[in-house]
Amino acid sequence: MAESTELKTGVVADNRPEEKQPIFGKKEAILITDPLLDNNPITIQVLGVCSALAVTSLVYPSLVMAVAVVFVCGLSSLFTSLMRNIIPKAVRLIVQLVIIATLVTLVNEALKVLAFPVYKQLSVYIGLIITNCIVMGRLEAFAMANKPWRSFLDGIGNGLGYGLILVAVGVVRELFGKGSLFAGSPIALNIIGPSGATTDYLINTAAESGIGSFFGWYANNNLMVLPAAAMFVIAVFIWIQRSYNTKLVDVS
Amino acid sequence: MGDFLNIFIKSAFIENMVLAYFLGMCSFLAVSKTLSTATGLGLAVIFVLGVTMPINWVINEFILIPADLEFLRFILFIAVIASTVQLVEMVLEKFSPGLYTALGIFLPLITVNCAILGGSLFMVSRDYNLSESVAFGLGGGFGWFLAIIALAAIRERIRYSNVPPALRGLGMAFLITGLMGIAFLSLTGIDPAVFAGWSPPVAE
Repeated sequence: MAESTELKTGVVADNRPEEKQPIFGKKEAILITDPLLDNNPITIQVLGVCSALAVTSLVYPSLVMAVAVVFVCGLSSLFTSLMRNIIPKAVRLIVQLVIIATLVTLVNEALKVLAFPVYKQLSVYIGLIITNCIVMGRLEAFAMANKPWRSFLDGIGNGLGYGLILVAVGVVRELFGKGSLFAGSPIALNIIGPSGATTDYLINTAAESGIGSFFGWYANNNLMVLPAAAMFVIAVFIWIQRSYNTKLVDVS
Repeated sequence: MGDFLNIFIKSAFIENMVLAYFLGMCSFLAVSKTLSTATGLGLAVIFVLGVTMPINWVINEFILIPADLEFLRFILFIAVIASTVQLVEMVLEKFSPGLYTALGIFLPLITVNCAILGGSLFMVSRDYNLSESVAFGLGGGFGWFLAIIALAAIRERIRYSNVPPALRGLGMAFLITGLMGIAFLSLTGIDPAVFAGWSPPVAE
């Protein structure tokens, strides 16, 4: 069984005795740092683009989404890895789906209690973590062939890589689209825009003097609020990343 | 009939699954390299969406809501989708080998296509009734089909263009999808209410 999963996924199982290895050594650190840039789930592996892009018009929901995915990705990898030797191969997809769906239900109920406004905003996209390809992809490619601790780290690493892109896209879209950051959260910041009776912006474009008076021409970019903007922002990220690391360039 | 058409048009063009909600993006980007495979996957999506949506509606309405088990929704929906896909695959293999070989490899992929689960969740959050959810399933599937064949056709052509190396492949696919999203925004001008009173002409 272990051999066949090895062949199928191309990931070599780590069969060396565990006590000789440090609990968090260099190899484990790579599991976390590699998916952040060089093997990023979104820009390189193209997994999990689905459920995420629509929530990135504001930073705060993206952050909540990122935390939810890290949680689900890490724990589902851990549980799948613990059960990897007793899951029959024929029904492994269903078992994985049930594990993921259970965790997502937990996140969903927790969010409903803790942060109802964000829960409303994310609507169906929390449920869609179930079909998020990164979670499933990591279970198939890594957790089914590796020990629990390493699988857990791999899950966390991939969740973080995904969250990084999500929050980065959120920052760009909210800053240029609305002139604010973290709107809707306790630490909401209003960066740029005309101050009114209710809101006070850091750079007040309506001001007569000070820094703000140089920004009288500034207007929010409404394109950034549209869903399509997320595609452009990610395309630019991919462009930048691949120009620096030419190994990643698509030859076809 | 008017409502049916109304929701169909709305879900296919105005609130397109891929271009407005980014549902099913993974397979959308991965399988859109050639037109023929894109067509196969698109047809399979229409089919599975049209079948699973009413089943999930029935389950939600007659089992989950009366028994107050709504927190089990995710698990049940995904189980329905996974088993429907499996069932459809078996039935097709038995009765329609032609269609099976055409859709064959794409059917298992569809279980984890977010458009399918997303469609069912949208159906719940928008309180559709049975006929509306059928229309939403077919319309959403059709919109997805349209988007993927459009992207595949463009990507087949763009291979002959001189794209900056770092943007080749994935980067261009993202850019094109964004531009298509903006193009589809122009369809928001359609007023679906026009169809509200419409009914098919009766033959005399």
